[in-house]
Amino acid sequence: MPELHTIRDLDRFREACQKSLASETKKILVCSGTGCLSCGAMDVHDTFTALLKEKGLPFEVEMAKEPHGDVIGVKATGCHGLCELGPVVRIEPEGWMYTRVKPEDCDEIIEKSLLGGEPVTRLAVHQDGKVYEKRNDIPFYQKQTRLVYGDCDAINSTSLRDYIAIGGFTALKKVLSSMSQEDVVEEIDRSNLRGRGGGGFRAGVKWKSVLHQEETPKYVVCNGDEGDPGAFMDQGVMEGIPGRMIEGMIIAGLAVGAEDGYIYVRAEYPTAVRRLGIIIRQAEELGLLGDNILGSGRNFHIHINRGAGAFVCGEGSALTASIEGKRGMPRVKPPRTVEHGLFAKPTVLNNVETYANVPLIIENGADWYLGIGPANSPGTKAFSLTGNIRNTGLIEVPMGITLREVIYDIGGGIRGGKDLKAVQIGGPSGGCLTKEDLDLPLDFDSLKKVGAIIGSGGLVVMDEDSCMVEVARFFMHFTQNESCGKCVPCREGTKRMLEILERITQGEGREEDLAMLEELADTVSSTSLCGLGKTAPNPVKSTLNRFRDEYIAHIRDKRCPAGVCSKLKQFVIQPEKCKGCSRCARQCPVSAIHGDPGHPFAIDQEACIKCGSCKSVCAFDAIGEVF
Amino acid sequence: MNTFDYQKIDEILDKHQRSKQAVIAILQDIQETYNYLPEEIFPYVAQALGIGQARLYGVATFYADFSLEPKGKHIFRCCDGTACHVRKSRPILERLRSELALKEGATTTDDLQFTVETVSCLGACGLAPALTLDGEMHPNMTPDKAADLLHQLKKEEDHA
Repeated sequence: MPELHTIRDLDRFREACQKSLASETKKILVCSGTGCLSCGAMDVHDTFTALLKEKGLPFEVEMAKEPHGDVIGVKATGCHGLCELGPVVRIEPEGWMYTRVKPEDCDEIIEKSLLGGEPVTRLAVHQDGKVYEKRNDIPFYQKQTRLVYGDCDAINSTSLRDYIAIGGFTALKKVLSSMSQEDVVEEIDRSNLRGRGGGGFRAGVKWKSVLHQEETPKYVVCNGDEGDPGAFMDQGVMEGIPGRMIEGMIIAGLAVGAEDGYIYVRAEYPTAVRRLGIIIRQAEELGLLGDNILGSGRNFHIHINRGAGAFVCGEGSALTASIEGKRGMPRVKPPRTVEHGLFAKPTVLNNVETYANVPLIIENGADWYLGIGPANSPGTKAFSLTGNIRNTGLIEVPMGITLREVIYDIGGGIRGGKDLKAVQIGGPSGGCLTKEDLDLPLDFDSLKKVGAIIGSGGLVVMDEDSCMVEVARFFMHFTQNESCGKCVPCREGTKRMLEILERITQGEGREEDLAMLEELADTVSSTSLCGLGKTAPNPVKSTLNRFRDEYIAHIRDKRCPAGVCSKLKQFVIQPEKCKGCSRCARQCPVSAIHGDPGHPFAIDQEACIKCGSCKSVCAFDAIGEVF
Repeated sequence: MNTFDYQKIDEILDKHQRSKQAVIAILQDIQETYNYLPEEIFPYVAQALGIGQARLYGVATFYADFSLEPKGKHIFRCCDGTACHVRKSRPILERLRSELALKEGATTTDDLQFTVETVSCLGACGLAPALTLDGEMHPNMTPDKAADLLHQLKKEEDHA
């Protein structure tokens, strides 16, 4: 039997949870996002609890149901965002943030910060000669607006009671007590919430369409198949605050009249699958999920499906096919998913971040939501900041923020003081932005104008040492590999494009290659069946557009300006350093090095196979690599 | 004669109520048990689910996570996502492959001790380049660090 039978029960339960949370007058918040976990966050967490026990200090890992006096809460939380400096630990209520924390630091943190009331400055964030002791002072956080991730870094990510204590399921209560199905759909529509998975399609339009279908049953599907390499925003939600996303799905189900919801999570996210499972079970036990939710007579069940490693399953019809136990291949549309989705029934399909926005919109109203960011793309957007940037991590910013603010203010600029070359946005379906675009507002429509997309929100920053032709080859290799093979333009077109790009990066490019690439790109874009194929040529198009010189250098001069493409490098003997010892000439497997002993030798570039053995045997460091 | 023990397969099938809709989850569980999908399971599972063998084989070969070949006892999965790629993940993969003397096209050593494969993104992009060894994540890798992991593992195997 579920614990909560009515809305009034939920209110009382929340009060109890809030009391428990309030009794944790001090908190040790250990980030347990995938990044920090892989750096040993759990060892840090366990060291804290072991030490507190040893010292006889009252603490709890799970919130007590009946609080009895002040305790120290030790919480394995959702992602704090600053993956670069993990494992990250925050001490509340002071807000001191510690980075790269090791188990051996825990004792000092307890003694100094928890008992002594002082920060441990050596573990604080040091940036540009300044020390930032408190979380909110750190530049990384200053321009962020964390709503979807909001407070996920302050609660235990596997405790639904923690989520309820910070206001979770307030939106569900509002839906059950005062809103009709039409009201909910209308509110989401009016908020102009646009799908966060890449397409930017209005969620309200989908919901409305499913609500008005007569066919039953209807389904709610959550796309957690975050396949874009370099993107982990949805992972942050599923691991960090799974309750918010589940609440969003329940609301969607109630609004459109669906009783079953499916979450499709990629297999590479085992932690997300585990935490979602825990939270779903807790929601069922409480009566927030299942039959007769809070005594309303309404039912909603959630099932988890694990993906099996196919990028194309991020596409709607491929995803539903995969849930049905078939090969994940897209089909011709229309009919759209809203009419002919899972099991050929009307289906609301949104991604993780979109559902996680829903409770916020319902709770605070569409007008509040419209007040954040530009009107055509309201709300916040989560981005994963990766590549050659100083502060890699997970961020959430209002839509419309400029790329400059994201890269320099939040990201702290380029690593190693190098120069920004490009930002790849939108993964293999997206395009690249350059220095010229730094003041471009990041929203759905502005990016489209410059041939890029927000996509799901992966931002990969590249410095001057990145070769854009090689980057285009990398993405084409990815999409070619992931093409499901159903339609010819994608299956064959991406293959031919990849062959050309490989040739160019190996110094065998031909003058006519660029025209052929452009022609293929247009054909593949305009004739492929699904989004994967339609967008596959984007990285090529956009690099050709922005970095044509680099392609030409590879083709005409057989040169890679960034010094990446190894087949294009030349080994050159520097005459001023060469003693003419002939060691390299004897070593060369193809006899490409000639000279008179005692005089500088030279390499015949035509014969050279670029194996590098000459360089490795030279005793005088006289052989250099030239690109 | 077929000496394959189908008892484990039956348990997995029952766990999923022998539903053909659960075919992917069933194959995942079988792979977790055997490390790959043994040939013997195909006629058996197809019949149990009431689907054709071709359909089952179609699903098994479509998804990258399924393997029809036995994998090594220890599995390195090197991330080759964009973030890892721009932070030079390729040399890590090449180093592991050369340490294990893997031939072109091969991913598993002949003694079935080690498998080295790539994965498109592990979601640890903030700590690129990353790899997983037997499911455990190792961030901020370099070719040397990866080789150290391998040597450590080999040492443990020799002592075992």
